[in-house]
Amino acid sequence: MDGEELTAQQTALYDRQIRVWGVDAQKRLSKAQILVSGLNGTSVEFCKNIVLAGVGSLTLMDDRLVTEDALQANFLIPRDETVYSGRSLSELCCESLRDFNPMVRVLAEKGDLAQCEMEFLDKFDVVVVTGCSLKTKIEINEKCRKRAKRIAFYAIECRDSCGEIFVDLQNYTYAQKKSDGTAECHLSYPSLEDAILIPWRNLPRKVSKLYFAMRVIEKFELSEGRNPGELSNFDLPAVLKQRKELCDAQSLNESHVPETLLERILVAGPMLYPPVCPILGGILGQEVIKAISGKGDPLKNFFYFDAADGKGVIEDISNPSSI
Amino acid sequence: MDSDSKTEAIKRAKVLMVGAGGIGCELLKTLALSGFQDIHIIDMDTIEVSNLNRQFLFRQSHVGQSKAKVARDVVLRFMPRICITPYHANVKDPEFNVDFFKKFNVILNGLDNLDARRHVNRLCLAAEVPLVESGTTGFLGQVTVHIKGRTECYECQPKPTPKTYPVCTITSTPSKFVHCIVWAKDLLFAKLFGDRNQENDLFVHTGDGSDSVKPTDDIFERGLDEVPVQYGRKIYDHVFGYNIEVALANEETWKNRRRPRPIFLGDVLPEKLILQNGNLEKNCLTEDLSLSAMSSLGLNNPQEIWSLAENSRLFLEALRLFIERRGKDIGSLTFDKDDQLAIEFVTAAANIRASSFGIPLHSLFDAKGIAGNIVHAVATTNAIIAGLIVIEAIKVLEADFQNCRMTYCLEHPCQKMLLMPVEPFEANKSCYVCSETPLLLEVNTQTSTLRDFVDKIVKNKLGMSFPLIMQGAILIFEGGDDLEEDIAANYALNLDKVLTALPAPVTSGSMLTVEDLQQELSCHINIKHREEFDEEKEPDRMVLLGWTTPEKESQGVSNGENTAAAIPASPEAINKSEEVEVTAEISRTKRKLSEMTEVQEIFQILPDTDANNSMDPQEVEDNDYDNDLIVLDENPEASKKRRLQ
Repeated sequence: MDGEELTAQQTALYDRQIRVWGVDAQKRLSKAQILVSGLNGTSVEFCKNIVLAGVGSLTLMDDRLVTEDALQANFLIPRDETVYSGRSLSELCCESLRDFNPMVRVLAEKGDLAQCEMEFLDKFDVVVVTGCSLKTKIEINEKCRKRAKRIAFYAIECRDSCGEIFVDLQNYTYAQKKSDGTAECHLSYPSLEDAILIPWRNLPRKVSKLYFAMRVIEKFELSEGRNPGELSNFDLPAVLKQRKELCDAQSLNESHVPETLLERILVAGPMLYPPVCPILGGILGQEVIKAISGKGDPLKNFFYFDAADGKGVIEDISNPSSI
Repeated sequence: MDSDSKTEAIKRAKVLMVGAGGIGCELLKTLALSGFQDIHIIDMDTIEVSNLNRQFLFRQSHVGQSKAKVARDVVLRFMPRICITPYHANVKDPEFNVDFFKKFNVILNGLDNLDARRHVNRLCLAAEVPLVESGTTGFLGQVTVHIKGRTECYECQPKPTPKTYPVCTITSTPSKFVHCIVWAKDLLFAKLFGDRNQENDLFVHTGDGSDSVKPTDDIFERGLDEVPVQYGRKIYDHVFGYNIEVALANEETWKNRRRPRPIFLGDVLPEKLILQNGNLEKNCLTEDLSLSAMSSLGLNNPQEIWSLAENSRLFLEALRLFIERRGKDIGSLTFDKDDQLAIEFVTAAANIRASSFGIPLHSLFDAKGIAGNIVHAVATTNAIIAGLIVIEAIKVLEADFQNCRMTYCLEHPCQKMLLMPVEPFEANKSCYVCSETPLLLEVNTQTSTLRDFVDKIVKNKLGMSFPLIMQGAILIFEGGDDLEEDIAANYALNLDKVLTALPAPVTSGSMLTVEDLQQELSCHINIKHREEFDEEKEPDRMVLLGWTTPEKESQGVSNGENTAAAIPASPEAINKSEEVEVTAEISRTKRKLSEMTEVQEIFQILPDTDANNSMDPQEVEDNDYDNDLIVLDENPEASKKRRLQ
């Protein structure tokens, strides 16, 4: 790490967290550039966390105007129509986030990440997407992987009271501390597309049911051209049909994708269960901090939380050969 | 329950939050977003700069203001139509009595000390209101639910008290850096700058009593014409040089231990440097807590480990600055981790002593952490825990007790899980707090006084603040501020009497009833006389049984109360890593509440052998930092993962 010291102000502000991850990690954080596309309850939690952590910059992309739904589980937007009327989510969230840590540059970027030039991504070390279709996620993920500089990619989705985080650090090397010193650790992450292409019967037994449920719903959304949150209970029969198709194709018993779980997700529509947002946003925050600082074992490569059973589970969905 | 009735239950709920700090800010925000409309919040603290990295409701401009009030104001901005009632007060205040607690549907704790947690636990039991407890440290956290009659209470399982060290380890035979810190802070600093009248057993125990007549007090008095530099040199040579020489004279002590070496200033610093003062230009206008010897000496990096010579200069300069610039404080100072000069002095003194005893030196940053019992903390863990708290709170409101659970937030996955749910436990039938089991006290009724009993047992161990002590119908003692003078005087007389000499004599076979009216806790103690006690292991000369004691309990010097949002730790973990790890415990007394069919798996967590697979703070490589940092405010709960049957 270069000789640039943290300022006295930074040392005082970050004292408690420096005691967790050390000065070098804090310095690396202060140089990191983060991009978040899509602002909802969970990504807003992540933004708060990453700004408090003291990154170099955070760029927000979400041109949608404020609606009642958008206000749900969003504590960054003052409930004052005179303030929020006619302005985009990214603009409003930006303003609030700046307050949380004046040492972080927070910017709102207009436009849609799916339409952006690849070079645009070069500005960033980390890209986080939420609320977009599978197709878009895959495209952005692919773009990240094609850049010369490694860009860490994360996708986060919360439906009803459960959620999923996907992590792609490509080829990642870090020093893993052991009792007798440090050892270099290499992890090889598959792209999102490759991960979900892995045949279901090749997956470890007892993979979280949420993994399958999300894939079924994603597939359905894709085929209907609908975005996350646009489905409802009316779609249940069609979704169940999709489930059957997929399970048959994958030679997987349908019981791995409980109807009740699918129903829960559909009934919720665009709604998130507010207490789940800080949980997912918190886990994501930790992961991004680890990736930037190069310290700590990053999770590979899916994380699931379901308030119904209270478990927060890591699933490794990758080809054994690439581990 | 369907979502409409869920929403209704939330809307109608009246919730009390205790603590508006790290967990509190996240919790208040999440409660508001989740639809809660009537939230009360108690916190006695004001906002500090070091809070701002995670207590995100607070800004720089709020420093110094009440946490509870600012939290409320900020949250109302994004949720204007809800009702938040802040109390800038101590939850132990009498206004927060059982009737107060009864008004709420659920109590949510976001506290940072064991004492307050126990207090709230008792009030919740008395008021019969469910309690959701929580704690975080670094990347670790947990949420537990306590419902009277259904689950254990917060005190059913032992909570380790703050780590204490035998007095002689601190005064004579330190082997870890933390011992040096405690010496520097609680002995030297206190002796030099604190209340002179306080009993202070500072130095050498030669065993042969030869120093018992030594007027050590004289050394610490500064003569009228003794300039600070002279005085400093005298103190230095006395505590680091002479006292060590005297200690070395006792061969017995050092038979199996590394001998310390005496350090005299003249050997460490050339004469010129001793006399040379630091550059005070920068400090000309400061006479307060930001006054700094470090900066006047040009030692600018608190992460750096300074040499013995540099620490010696720091020692002298800090001492000089105290005398010359903060003379009015001398004689009444208590150690405060936010007092820059105090930290510098303690760091320097501890390092010099460490050098003498062959213990690795530490940076100011690390020394401050140890001396100030600072708990490392990040926003993400608090956010996760807050979410988990609200999930449990909502279940409580829906009376969905079957599904309430304890959840542990881990740094390293256990069976693929970073968030691990565990079944709550049944109440411990011999918990003196929530059941009615009497305790047993072994004591020498002829030599121990009532004061010993009140201070060491009733207040310290049982955590009662204003106790009533009765034998049968006879009131032996009443604690409290509101007693009439003559009654208070009477009790004061009793305090110094030995137990057998009390108006209602307490002898073997007596049964005492001890009550705290505010906590509505009543407890019976059977007395058994015992003649002899082990000086080392039972320095209190009293042993309380039936009260599940934590594993390591020794009396002696502690490193002060840690204001930590504490996290469970097992004693084994304490020895293994600086991160509090979750370890296995196959508890014979484990009781399971109910069989959750899904959770048939046995969560058997084995001690993590790769204990240091974590994001390490600093290059503090030596083990003593690891072990002894668990001055976690007494609350490393025994968070052994419970094995489900």
